[in-house]
Amino acid sequence: MDWDLVRSSLWPIVRGALTGTIPLSLASFALGLAIALVVALMRLSRIGLVSWVARVYVSLIRGTPLLVQLFVIFYGLPSVGITIDPWPSAILAFSLNVGGYAAEVIRAAIQSVPRGQWEAAHMIGMSHGLALRRVILPQAARVSVPPLSNTFISLVKDTSLASLILVTELFREAQQIAAFSQQFMTLYLEAAVVYWVVCLVLSSCQSVLERRLDRYVAH
Amino acid sequence: MSPTDPAAPATPGAGTPLLSVAGLRKSFGDHEVLRSIDLEVHRGQVVALIGPSGSGKTTVLRCLNGLETPDAGRVAVAPDLALDFGRPLRKRDRGALRDRSAMVFQHYNLFPHMTVLENVVEGPIRVQKRPRDVVVAEAERLLERVGLADKRDSHPFELSGGQAQRVGIVRALAMQPQVLLFDEPTSALDPELVGDVLTVIKELSDEGWTMVIVTHELAFAREVSDHVVFMDGGVVVESGPPAQVLGAPQQGRTQQFVRRLLNPF
Ligand SMILES: Nc1ncnc2c1ncn2[C@@H]1O[C@H](COP(=O)(O)OP(=O)(O)OP(=O)(O)O)[C@@H](O)[C@H]1O
Ligand SMILES: [Mg+2]
Repeated sequence: MDWDLVRSSLWPIVRGALTGTIPLSLASFALGLAIALVVALMRLSRIGLVSWVARVYVSLIRGTPLLVQLFVIFYGLPSVGITIDPWPSAILAFSLNVGGYAAEVIRAAIQSVPRGQWEAAHMIGMSHGLALRRVILPQAARVSVPPLSNTFISLVKDTSLASLILVTELFREAQQIAAFSQQFMTLYLEAAVVYWVVCLVLSSCQSVLERRLDRYVAH
Repeated sequence: MSPTDPAAPATPGAGTPLLSVAGLRKSFGDHEVLRSIDLEVHRGQVVALIGPSGSGKTTVLRCLNGLETPDAGRVAVAPDLALDFGRPLRKRDRGALRDRSAMVFQHYNLFPHMTVLENVVEGPIRVQKRPRDVVVAEAERLLERVGLADKRDSHPFELSGGQAQRVGIVRALAMQPQVLLFDEPTSALDPELVGDVLTVIKELSDEGWTMVIVTHELAFAREVSDHVVFMDGGVVVESGPPAQVLGAPQQGRTQQFVRRLLNPF
């Protein structure tokens, strides 16, 4: 192992994580959650067409590879006259993807809140929207933290695909140094370790969050 | 803690009823659960709704609170609300119905992520838009009144069933309804906790609150109610003063039901 190379390449790779992987993951996840909430509510809608549209969306996202989704947006759309830069393309593809997966998580979480909670909310005069916001979603949030954390951790790793549409992030930095130095094993292992550390940190954030949200609930 | 209009003399049975229900019908699929229910409740009156399991008691309460939409029938709350369910129900009407009644649930249905105080003030503040300080002071007074002043900042999971149900009652009272609806308020409680909750309900009746109580506690119904309604199979079989319906029922089905509840063995 060429330790000098490891040392000199560490900063570019970590910088790739800090300025690429992490902001890309955060932006895509935030946007993805917003999409997911809308899709989950559409899915639960009593209007058949609305629910059907949401179902088709989820099925499309889950039934096609993320890499294909990414390439359709970045390399495919220009041929119909829509050209999007690498960063926005990546955020769009990843957030649409998260939207599809997280929608099912949120839907299940909303449905796991007992019916009596809706009824109590209506009894005190709440509209559907207010009941959702004040009573149902806070309880659904608690249930959905573990599965959503898993979605987020997967996303962090999946953002490595953005290197294929020229986004400078952790993996692309490693790739470039590897190509230059021809030390593929060293650089790719180093990249793996940095991903692993990021995911370890995220996992511990997840347990803290779970403990905080669990405080007020009987077991 | 007194009904909306404490000045009004509570003379049960006189004048126009506060709540009147006529020809209420409700089916779930082809299961006809309510087949034409008539009911009158006067201001300050306590009506006990009794009947075997599945007779439609809960469904009646849910219709009165707008949680269920009847297929037909009329519900009126004096002086100004009159709904005819033969026509499509407007959102505003459902809201008006909810405004006039408040329900205490069998399984409390407290909001687990809120403290006791937050549970109580949520409706008055968020929905009725009443000023926070007034609502909180009122809620604290009500909690104190049912012996739960020290539980103000607890969460529901920290409460016993009896305490949780008293919070359920306070939550309903804080909405300042005209009619309180109780759905078997003690049936989920351990026997030794039933007394606390029944005492609170008895006190509310003494203060003149108008209440409809679904219960299996016949002794309690006899003590607290002015009027007993016995339902079976989605119809009112018999109704009248407790001494009559519970003490000397006229109908065979009522006799059978009362006998079985009084001597289960
Ligand atoms: N949402 C619903 N969908 C389908 N059937 C329902 C629904 N709600 C109630 N029912 C049925 O209506 C009938 C009456 O129910 P209801 O809960 O009003 O009875 P109840 O008199 O309160 O009984 P219990 O003493 O067991 O509480 C029951 O057969 C029940 O299965
Ligand atoms: Mg019932």
